Amino acid sequence: MPTMTLTSVFVDDQDVALDFYTRVLGFEPALDVPMGEHRWITVVSSEHPDGTQLVLEPSAHPAVGPFRSALVADGIPFASFGVSDVRAETERLIAAGVTFTQPPVTMGPMTTAVFDDTCGNLIQITSPAPTEDIA
Amino acid sequence: MDGDVYLALADATRRAILDELTDRNGQSLFEICARLAMRHGLGSSRQAITQHLDVLAEAGLVRVERQGRYRLHYLDTRPLSVIAERWPIDP
Repeated sequence: MPTMTLTSVFVDDQDVALDFYTRVLGFEPALDVPMGEHRWITVVSSEHPDGTQLVLEPSAHPAVGPFRSALVADGIPFASFGVSDVRAETERLIAAGVTFTQPPVTMGPMTTAVFDDTCGNLIQITSPAPTEDIA
Repeated sequence: MDGDVYLALADATRRAILDELTDRNGQSLFEICARLAMRHGLGSSRQAITQHLDVLAEAGLVRVERQGRYRLHYLDTRPLSVIAERWPIDP
């Protein structure tokens, strides 16, 4: 059975993305390998260093722009990450200057929020809803 | 704003959209769809929700604003005044 070793987000600028995904979001740099015009850059969760790596993939292909614009306009996140507490993480990221298009909202068993990664994507964070919030 | 307020209100999904925008104003289509699915058990397609939002916008009850790269939906209750003007509420 295959395992999920890599997933990716398209990013406008790989250096900006590496800074945002490590310094702001808190992932660890994994690989940073020159690859022609761009680089093969991956980051990984410090809590799961052997887990799925996220590739910060250049958004250079002409199809990426219109595809992402349409998703962002409708507020649709391109990727979703788990956190232990969406409300606390949202406060931390807002203090770090991150823009949220959806503040924490409890949706059934999950609390979710959506922010702009400054690299062209909206990203969702989720955590199990606090028990008192579940109707 | 030629739409009909009465027509716009005569649908449970559209009323749920107004409820959710009352809870928090300025939502993306994604957030509205997620709230309808997770909080109201409404499994309408994104396309169907868009059509409901169009009806609400034609009645002036929802305003769509472009903020940078995002399109956000805002509740505007002013068109509801026609109801109380037509049938005044007893003091």
